[in-house]
Amino acid sequence: MTEQALIDTFEAPPRRQRGWAKLRGVLLSDRKALFGLVILSLFTIAAIFGPWIAPYDPNAMSFDMMLSPSWSHPLGTDDLGRDLLSRIIVGTQVSMFVGVATVAIALVVGVTLGVLAGYFGGWLDHIIMRYIDLQWAFPNIIIAVYLVAVFGTGLLNLIIAISLAFFDDFARIARGMVLSIKEEQYIAAARTVGVSHLRIMWRHILPNAMAPIIVQATVSVSYAILAEASLSFLGLGVEATTPTWGLILAEARSFITRAWGLGIFPGIAIMLTVLSINFIGDALRDFLDVRETKESA
Amino acid sequence: MPDGVIRAVNDVSFHVERGEVVAIVGESGSGKSVTALAILRLVSEPLGRIIAGAVRLDGQDLLRLDHEAMRRVRGHRIGMVFQEPMTSLNPVLSIGRQLTEAMQTHLGLSPGAAHARAVELLQLVGIAEPERRLKQYPHHLSGGMRQRAMIAMALSCKPELIIADEPTTALDVTIQAQILHLMQDLCRRLDVALIIITHNLGVVARYADRVNVMYAGRIVERGSASDLYRAPSHPYTIGLLNSVPRLDRPRDIPMEPIPGSPPDPLALPSGCAFRPRCKLAMSHCAEAAPPLRSVATAHESACFELHRLQAMVPA
Repeated sequence: MTEQALIDTFEAPPRRQRGWAKLRGVLLSDRKALFGLVILSLFTIAAIFGPWIAPYDPNAMSFDMMLSPSWSHPLGTDDLGRDLLSRIIVGTQVSMFVGVATVAIALVVGVTLGVLAGYFGGWLDHIIMRYIDLQWAFPNIIIAVYLVAVFGTGLLNLIIAISLAFFDDFARIARGMVLSIKEEQYIAAARTVGVSHLRIMWRHILPNAMAPIIVQATVSVSYAILAEASLSFLGLGVEATTPTWGLILAEARSFITRAWGLGIFPGIAIMLTVLSINFIGDALRDFLDVRETKESA
Repeated sequence: MPDGVIRAVNDVSFHVERGEVVAIVGESGSGKSVTALAILRLVSEPLGRIIAGAVRLDGQDLLRLDHEAMRRVRGHRIGMVFQEPMTSLNPVLSIGRQLTEAMQTHLGLSPGAAHARAVELLQLVGIAEPERRLKQYPHHLSGGMRQRAMIAMALSCKPELIIADEPTTALDVTIQAQILHLMQDLCRRLDVALIIITHNLGVVARYADRVNVMYAGRIVERGSASDLYRAPSHPYTIGLLNSVPRLDRPRDIPMEPIPGSPPDPLALPSGCAFRPRCKLAMSHCAEAAPPLRSVATAHESACFELHRLQAMVPA
């Protein structure tokens, strides 16, 4: 260890601040993460300020139907003459919200159930996992359709339905990880120190199980956005006047041969979001994995 | 695996005084580790169960405590050191966090006070630069240092008893002596009772005050470490001693391994479990398990053929 490093450790700032500095370091040094961060920030701005940024009213129709991209309509217009750029910008809000919120709910519910099932085992494991097997027997989208049919349409119900349809993957992954981690000797060691079950699950097991869960979460965001698209397409999602990426894509389906942009641009928006979240997820996983840290990082 | 009930530990009884080092010696599968887990009541249900007996800590029977009270005993009054320092520390938590966790739970220390004591503890177990080490993660530490950290954890809440389950098996020979010496020294100084579980007779000879030799879930011989070496009084103990290479013996005397292998716990032989491997076995050895009988003061052995054994062993 060099002299400089010694001085650095000595004058180390308080813990939390150092954590943030490190996170910033990881994000800035990783080009892919930086790319993801920039794209995602742009979409977030679009999600918040969409109605003010959009050059046109997203629902204003005109007779300039299915125009190619031009200066007045950068991404062209759709089959009803609505400006595609405006619709994508305004649609960001619902799409991103659905994508992130459903995954957040599915993650919390799924991981909680999975950890409980894996940790305690026995009848609790049987009940939880048999239900999840049951749910696995159906395609996610069918479950979501069924749940929307039961709850009714609307944004909130849509989010609940999609997250309930998705939580089984998280539960399975979490349970699998817990099953292997709980046999580790450090868990036995924690028990001999008198650590409570809850604390063992939260502090000792969960951090060791995070890597695959983060990967699953980033992948699920894309599925959630697409699920919202499918449900909206079937008329089970948000109202038709609310533009969402999925809805735009779904509506474009029949005109794609005459106006290529209608399918490409919302698709690119979804792709960029998913890609950005994946990149950030990777960086986050590296950040959280202390096993890769260097001496006194 | 066929179903069946295994009595992993049967009729085992011993006591440890404060400041004393007691060793439990035996081959793999002789029930040493299960004994340790049973003391902490961590025999994993539903696979295993304690059916009868008592674990008395300062006169209090731990088997009668409820779960919550038992949790307060673990780590607080009884500490444990495991065999593998590589796997018994959580890879994603810093040493400091793991060390302070028990102190915050059991002693109700504030994070600051726990940190200060953690620094003291690391100094106590001989880790240099404790402040820096506390911030590090297990993979930054060497095996010996991790085991020192484990000992610090076991000591953190000022326990009355420490159980060390093969604490040096995974370490380099040079480190083994350091660690054992450290444990012995600390337990004497801090007046803590120490149970060392091991299969290494060298460890026993140097560091233990008293020894329990286990075979197939039972104690077959017990006594002070010096008595046991001077006058081993059970065929199994003699076999163990003969199968260890010794520097103080002439080189041309070959080592004498114990023939056969430990019995299948699902099909223990009738009577004395060591009978099939014993040179002295007689027909009556199959009839009943021999009880522990006094050989000399504070030295007991469970063998029916003790008189023949004593006649054989060269004085």
